[in-house]
Amino acid sequence: MKVAMTEYLRINLTSERWECRVCDHEIAPARGNYKEGLLVHDRDPREIHPPILDPDKYRFTFSPDPEWVRILEYCCPSCGTQVETEYAVPGHPPLHDMEVDLDALKAQWAARGEAAAPYAGPAVVRDDGHGH
Amino acid sequence: MNDMSIAGRGKLPSAEEAALVRKFLNDTTLFLGPDPEIMQNHDLMPRTADEEEAITKVADSHIIAKIRDRIQAGCDEGYEMVEQMGAAPGAKWGDVITGVYSASGDLAIASAGGVLIFSALVHHPIKFIIKNWMNDPTVGVREGDGFIHNDSRYGNVHNTDQSMIVPIFHNGKLVCWVASTVHEGENGAIEPGGMPSMAESPSDEGLKMSPFRVVENYQIKRDILTFLQNSVREPKLQYEDMKVKLFACLRIKQRIEETLNTDGPEALISTLRLTMENVRAEVKRRISEWPDMTVRTYIIQDSTLRENCVVKINCKLTKTGDRLIFDFRGSAPEFTNRATNTIVAGLKGMLAQVFLCYVWPDLPRGQAAFAPIEVITDPHSIVNCSYDAPNSQSLMSIFTGFTAGQHAVAKFLYSCPEKFTKVHAPTFNMINTFIWGGVSQHGETLGNLCADLNGMGAGATVDRDGEHALAPIFATMADIGEQELNEEEVPFLQLVSKKMTRDAIAPGKYRGGQGYTMMVATKDSEQWGFMTTCQGAKIPPLQGLFGGYACGCYPLSKVKGVDVYDVLQNTPEKFKHSIEEIMNEQPFEGASYTTHHMGMGFEISKRGELFMISQGAGAGYGDLLERDPRGVIKDIEEGLISPEVAARLYKVAFDPETLAIDEVATEVARAAERKARIARSRPYSDFVKDWSKPTPPTHLQYFGAWGDDVQTLYMGSPHKTRDADTPRPNYMPHPKDVRIAELEARLAAVGAMGGEKQ
Repeated sequence: MKVAMTEYLRINLTSERWECRVCDHEIAPARGNYKEGLLVHDRDPREIHPPILDPDKYRFTFSPDPEWVRILEYCCPSCGTQVETEYAVPGHPPLHDMEVDLDALKAQWAARGEAAAPYAGPAVVRDDGHGH
Repeated sequence: MNDMSIAGRGKLPSAEEAALVRKFLNDTTLFLGPDPEIMQNHDLMPRTADEEEAITKVADSHIIAKIRDRIQAGCDEGYEMVEQMGAAPGAKWGDVITGVYSASGDLAIASAGGVLIFSALVHHPIKFIIKNWMNDPTVGVREGDGFIHNDSRYGNVHNTDQSMIVPIFHNGKLVCWVASTVHEGENGAIEPGGMPSMAESPSDEGLKMSPFRVVENYQIKRDILTFLQNSVREPKLQYEDMKVKLFACLRIKQRIEETLNTDGPEALISTLRLTMENVRAEVKRRISEWPDMTVRTYIIQDSTLRENCVVKINCKLTKTGDRLIFDFRGSAPEFTNRATNTIVAGLKGMLAQVFLCYVWPDLPRGQAAFAPIEVITDPHSIVNCSYDAPNSQSLMSIFTGFTAGQHAVAKFLYSCPEKFTKVHAPTFNMINTFIWGGVSQHGETLGNLCADLNGMGAGATVDRDGEHALAPIFATMADIGEQELNEEEVPFLQLVSKKMTRDAIAPGKYRGGQGYTMMVATKDSEQWGFMTTCQGAKIPPLQGLFGGYACGCYPLSKVKGVDVYDVLQNTPEKFKHSIEEIMNEQPFEGASYTTHHMGMGFEISKRGELFMISQGAGAGYGDLLERDPRGVIKDIEEGLISPEVAARLYKVAFDPETLAIDEVATEVARAAERKARIARSRPYSDFVKDWSKPTPPTHLQYFGAWGDDVQTLYMGSPHKTRDADTPRPNYMPHPKDVRIAELEARLAAVGAMGGEKQ
């Protein structure tokens, strides 16, 4: 059974591996940190959040300060899909952000039966009120 | 431990002696300060004998539901009264809660709209009254009483919030309480508006009302009222809103009495208790559907509102079975002389908001929804500050704490088959607005804020873009109000408002909702000024979700040495409607153009000087290369993003004249970008060898834990730390002293100190 854990990651409960939902690449052991099977890029935040004010004139420009924060971009080594971002203080060890209790996950899904496609959640629908 | 330490120890006191000591201490308490037993607890009080008896008599779910709806309608009626009649801007846009509390002080049923953070923290002052005043012969609690409160150390969010608390009796017996709480704003602090960022101790934070009686026989006591009016900048508002809150309480009381007359006290007591117990049980059940997992995240505050520095809000969220535990250990230590600390109840209130607004909005509003969720913090930390620490700008820490919670919760929800909302990237979390004060064009002394803080951009969801300038995270159903009406009462205009700030974006497969530009300028008063109280001019205060990006940064821009009203009258073509154009083109000759972080202390402004800020964007969701190219073009057409930035980031190929999409070229560009990502990125294990450092960088003033070691808290330098369990003072120097020292060092270096004696 495979359980979709994020937009781009799933856990194969049989093989106990994190997998890419885009290209099916096996990323890392599910009992560990999925980031260990991904590629990382240290992005200058000004490239994503462009300065709106002229950086030659002003101290603050609407861009993050690249000496204060970086964006760690994690992508699948097989298909290049950007799986996760992490706004990090320079040098701060990356987080093990999803540490799954795999045995509990197996038991939970065994009780539920086959995993369906992930449910997006209820839509907000217009209420036209009472009428005749 | 050595032998000496136990050699002199006497025998332990007997139970009788211990009771005697306890009685002695209770009888001779010199000061009834905030009670940790009350303030650290957000769970429901145990079932009382009266509640037990009531439940044995009335437990039919139909009767309970009928009475609950009736009480709920009464709470909503009280809420409407406060919103319609209240004088405070906060009241007008819904920064309000009205509710009915059990006899033990738990908030059982609350108004449905307004600010739901209150749900988890307005019960503390009532518990203080029950514990300390109920049986005190000099105080007591009687029919017709009303108690007032605002000191956040005894409950509520911050000292701008004032409560009116009324006990409800039936046949001489206390059956429940009603209360009404409003963000009143002005409270006599060192800066107008009630949320001073300049406060360096609680003594700078204005009125500090521990709960006390201000109403007898349903009449406000004029002597105490006058004292309160004399202590704040808006005496009329103080009176008007005390009356409004009292009459809202009395309306809810009337609805309760109708229920008491038709169904009896047992039915009411049983309804209040079972409502809370049922909600609490349902929350435990819903949590059990989540995967067992630990999620880690952190959010950075980039200032104390006085100076830029790096302040960590650390969050580890663990779900095991039906337990959910927020662990904020490793967050920054409290600042001894900065106002951004929060009492822990404020943090819990905002976490309750995550669930009541963004995860389980169907649950009845009240204290029970967050009651079973556990929260761990370090003592004397920025998220659990001490009695002696200022907390008037606690919003900075509770909002970033909220975002840490919202970010972590999303990672649990994705795989859960049972959802009550869509998975949601973090919503913008800062109150990017102007707080104002001074003497109005009508000669009145005022101090409050623009309700535009309601324009926070929403985070993207699993299948749609975030909505623009939607609502504040603490009041999803609040109203923005009419700026034009405000301008009749205050001496300034919002010259630009509700115009989206182009390129202030949070990209993703679904992008975050954006925020709008605000430009204000004083007019018709020589005694008027502004302040801003936000973080995020150097580091975004959000994280993106599942490959999406956070928002960018938001500075304050000022133009001085100009009167834009003269410009608008004589050369209107020079006036521009975006911060980008005014700051980059500098159209007003002789004016000064400067940028700042968003922690501007109160500053008197001259007629026609411009103060300019922007609301922020919610976070993006998913890989931006998956964004529908039509969505990108729509954003260009709507002025949300410039064509160059859109093409560079989203790799969409389009005709610059017609904006027609070249689908094939777009696919080629995106495939090339995916390959380029792989080429420029490094395997994780290689990357962390170079990237990860054992201590915070020396060029940043860093506060909080570093990496996995949450036992060591850094205090502004890699060389200054405290043990997480052992509080130490954490003073910041005055920013002007720091600047003077820098400039003097420069002067000394060039020998220009002129032989000044030291």
